[in-house]
Formats: sequence, structure tokens, C-alpha cells
Amino acid sequence: MTVAFSEKTKEKFKAILAKYPEKGAALLPTMWLAQKEFSVITPEVEEYVAKLLGVPLVRVHEVLTFYTMYAAKPLGKYHLQLCTNISCTLLGAEDILEHLKDKLQIGAGETTPDKKFTLSTVECLGYCGTAPVLQVNDDFHENLTTKKVDELLTKLK
Amino acid sequence: MPKPILSKNFGKKNAHSLGVYIQDGGYEAMKKALTEMKPEQIIQEVDKSGLKGRGGAGFPVGKKWSFIPKEAPKPKYLVINADEGEPGTYKDRPIMECDPHAVVEGAIITCFAVGIHWAGIYVRGEYVKSIERLEGAINEAYAKGYLGKNILGMGFDLDMVVHRGAGAYICGEETGLLESFEGKKGQPRMKPPFPAIVGLFQGPTVINNVESIAAIPHIVKNGGEWFNGLGAPGIGGGVKLFPVSGHVKKPGIYELPMGTPLREIIYKHAGGIRGDKKLKAVIPGGASAPVLKPEEIDVPMEYANLAKIGSMMGSGAVIVMDEDTDLVKTLRVLMCFYAHESCGKCTPCREGTGWMAKIIKRIEKGEGESADLDTIVSIANGIRGRTLCPLGDAAVGPALSFVTKFRQEFEDYIKVGAG
Repeated sequence: MTVAFSEKTKEKFKAILAKYPEKGAALLPTMWLAQKEFSVITPEVEEYVAKLLGVPLVRVHEVLTFYTMYAAKPLGKYHLQLCTNISCTLLGAEDILEHLKDKLQIGAGETTPDKKFTLSTVECLGYCGTAPVLQVNDDFHENLTTKKVDELLTKLK
Repeated sequence: MPKPILSKNFGKKNAHSLGVYIQDGGYEAMKKALTEMKPEQIIQEVDKSGLKGRGGAGFPVGKKWSFIPKEAPKPKYLVINADEGEPGTYKDRPIMECDPHAVVEGAIITCFAVGIHWAGIYVRGEYVKSIERLEGAINEAYAKGYLGKNILGMGFDLDMVVHRGAGAYICGEETGLLESFEGKKGQPRMKPPFPAIVGLFQGPTVINNVESIAAIPHIVKNGGEWFNGLGAPGIGGGVKLFPVSGHVKKPGIYELPMGTPLREIIYKHAGGIRGDKKLKAVIPGGASAPVLKPEEIDVPMEYANLAKIGSMMGSGAVIVMDEDTDLVKTLRVLMCFYAHESCGKCTPCREGTGWMAKIIKRIEKGEGESADLDTIVSIANGIRGRTLCPLGDAAVGPALSFVTKFRQEFEDYIKVGAG
């Protein structure tokens, strides 16, 4: 199957292009659109994006692999991203990590067999005053405790 | 305590909307700048304000603007750095979430002063709410005629764009950020040429932090001298947001005069150490700032004063560690961070950060040797000053300061393990 944006996404893509003085600058936002539309940036998606913007395929691949937030592999329905940087670690992020691993029976960087949860450790998320913090997809859960983690996991269906 | 300026809208309901912002005197500074002031006058006021770059480097903002050539063959650009990623730092996010119009207004004034017609704000990918709020504010400003063509009928045009990052600490470095803005991996550029001459899309570019830009409307409205006077006596330079985290009773963002003693921030504003424990160590300006011992915390939080005692102001993020903190583990966290975030372009940083991380992990596992500490010092000295961008030096800051200032704790760890 050929990869292509839906008509709606094509409109969004056009609006993005219009914002930048140079076409290549639209690569990051176009990758965001692609990730939203296809969930995973597969090699076919990379080729599609390269063609859309008229940039070399290698540049798309560099961007995909340089940044941490683009998904080259499928993620679970809920991407649990635990900050383990300094302020969160000072307030117990490592205990939270062990608890999450126990509960989900997976390690960091892995996805549960039912594809529901992916667990990742990430660098500082900018929520140091309410550490420890866990990012679940686009939501942030602050002042975490193991009890709060349990409540959260029950809620995430 | 003086009335807050930069943080006045934190937690205030609907403060992000144009209506509430205008009701509170918003966009008055823009009107004053565009209709009553000449561009040079604005730059002069910013000069007088003593405002230094709030991202970490602390370069005088007015001076930075004055480096932009008046006539240039390429268009000029403003880039606002909202890639807040320095561990411990969380001050720009509430500005964007609660006061996005202050950023837009600051950008309009900056662009008018420097003769720029395209402004972009680079926001780290995780800050989804900041991005939504900024886009909302920009749309409102376009609809009101504050952005776009012929603003206030003064013949001044300005477009503004929000650019979402995708997860990379290095993009907080200004030339890495420019690369990322242009749709490339965020590897820093060789300097010179500096961005003021060759920046975004090869044009002269002003790069300012969110907190710096958000201060501009207040400076224009009330004057540079007024802002400068808000700093501590004899220090000046206005007010600053200090985000405090770690083992304090009241972590939070405190807006205080530049030059407020670190002790006052920790014990008065942040309520002191949790459980009334003793203080062991404090990082005064984000993870990259060399650590301080308890006897050093009477230092005024200000660029030159912190530099004098071998640390730095950085983003002003204060990270507090109590007496029970495992400093080997803490340094391991930091070294793994720098090793992960090194972009790989310069060998001393790419290899050095990785080596330091491996050695400190080995010490933590109880497999360290006393020579390891000297090896860390030697690697750190091999990185310092030998990289294109400050990430290498940033890793050196905590590495050297932890193992030299707390050497005994590291030695004990190597001899008998943790605790």
C-alpha cells in the first residue's frame, strides 16, 4: 500500500509550508503530522516525507533517529515516560521505576504483550518542582507516589 | 516583597486569553514602542535595564540586539529559545502556559527595535500545552492586528511561528536550535560566524530566552532604570525567576531580585530543608552549574558573584540536596544525562561524557578504584574548552565539582560502598 496523507492532513501540511521561508524547515512539523497520521514513522513514511519536502531521504532518517520523540517502532497505547533526571531522582523516581517495572512486568524501553503500555525513562521534562513526574502520552502526572501510580494504571484502560 | 512582574499571571484564571491580558494593561508597551519610540530608544532602555540573557549564558540583551547589522543582504530573524531542558529548570513553561501574550508582545517590541519581520519560537516537543497556548495567543494577536501586515497602522509587518522540537537537550544550545529550526538534526555550528551575523536561514538572528522576551514589555512600559532598580542594591539587573527543586519544604518558582542570597532562597522562600535535615549540597543554576557546599550559600544569586566562587548562574535553577543524598548516584544520573545528550559532533564531548558515565556507574556498583576519581578529573580537563558548544563544559561542571568538593564521600564509597 502506498503511504499518503489524508486530505485533511494535506491541508495542514500546506498551512505549515506557508509558514516557513524555506521548505526544508518544515521537516520537523511534517514528521509530527506523519507520526499523528501513521503512528509509526516507517521507512515508507520516511520516503513519503522526503518526497513531499524535496529533501534527501538521509536527512529524514537523521532527524528520525536524532530526536527521541519520533517513533520508529510501534509504541503501546499509553507511552509511560518517567523522568529519571536529578530532581526526580532526588525525590524517588527510581522507586517509581521499579514499581512500574513490577506492575507491568516489563523493563524500560519495552512494551507489554497486549500493546497497552510502553515504559520509557526520559531526561528532564521541566516539572522539577512537582517531582517525580510521569508523562503519559501528552499528559503529565506530578508529585508521583507508588499509590498514585497504581491508581493511574487502573484508570488507563 | 515587591509585586511580581514575570510571574504575576501564574495560576491566574484565563490570564492566557487576550481579553484578560489587555484588561491588565497588556499590549500598552507595544503601543508605546511602536507609536512613541524610535527603535534605538528601545534598545537603549533594554541596555539600561541591565537585563541579561535568562537562558543561561547571561549575555546583556540590549548588547546582543545591537550586534545585528542594520542593513543586511538577507532577512533578519528573531528566534525565541523555549527548549527548556536544563535539569532543574521549569520557569519558562508557566510563562508560556499562563502568560503567552507577554511572549508575543515582547517579540513584537523586539522585532520592531531590531528591524525584524519574522519571529519563531522553538518550544521543546514535550511542552504541548505551552505550544497550544502560544498558538492561541498568536492567532488572537493576528485577529486583533497586532501581528501581520501594517501593525497599528505604523507600516510595520511581523509574522510569528511556533516550531515544535522533538526531544534533544542540545537544541537548547543556540546554533543547535537553529539547525533544528531549519529541519535538521540539532548539531551545533562552528562559531564564528555568530548567529547575529549568520543565523537562521543564513540571516542575522537574535536569539533570546522566553524569560528575557517576557521581561521586555515591562521594561518598555516602566523604563530600563526602573527594571534595573529591581535588582539587589549594588547589583541591579532586575528580577529573575528562580525555580527551586529537590529536598526543600516548598519547591516552586520564586520571582526575586537579581542578587538575592542563595541562603535566603533556600531557607526563607523555599521553606528550608525537608524534615529539617542538614543541607549537603546545592546546585545553583541548573545541572551544569558546579555544585556548592553549605558554607558557600551566602553568595548573591547573580552572574558575576557566582562566577567568582567557581560556579555559574545558568538558568537560576536551584537544586537542593539534603544530608542523606547519595552523591555518587546523583553524579551518575547527571553523567548519564550528558552522555545521552551529547550530539556526537565533537570527539572530546562524545567520548568523554561516555567515559565519565561508565566510570561513575562502576563506582556506584562497588567496583570502583581510587584512581577512578583522578581519571574523571583528567577526562573532564580533557573536555573543557575543546568543544564547539558548551555541552562539553556543562558536563565538566558537575563532574569536577562533585569529585573534588566531595572527594571523601567518593573515596569512602569506593572503599566500603554506599552508606
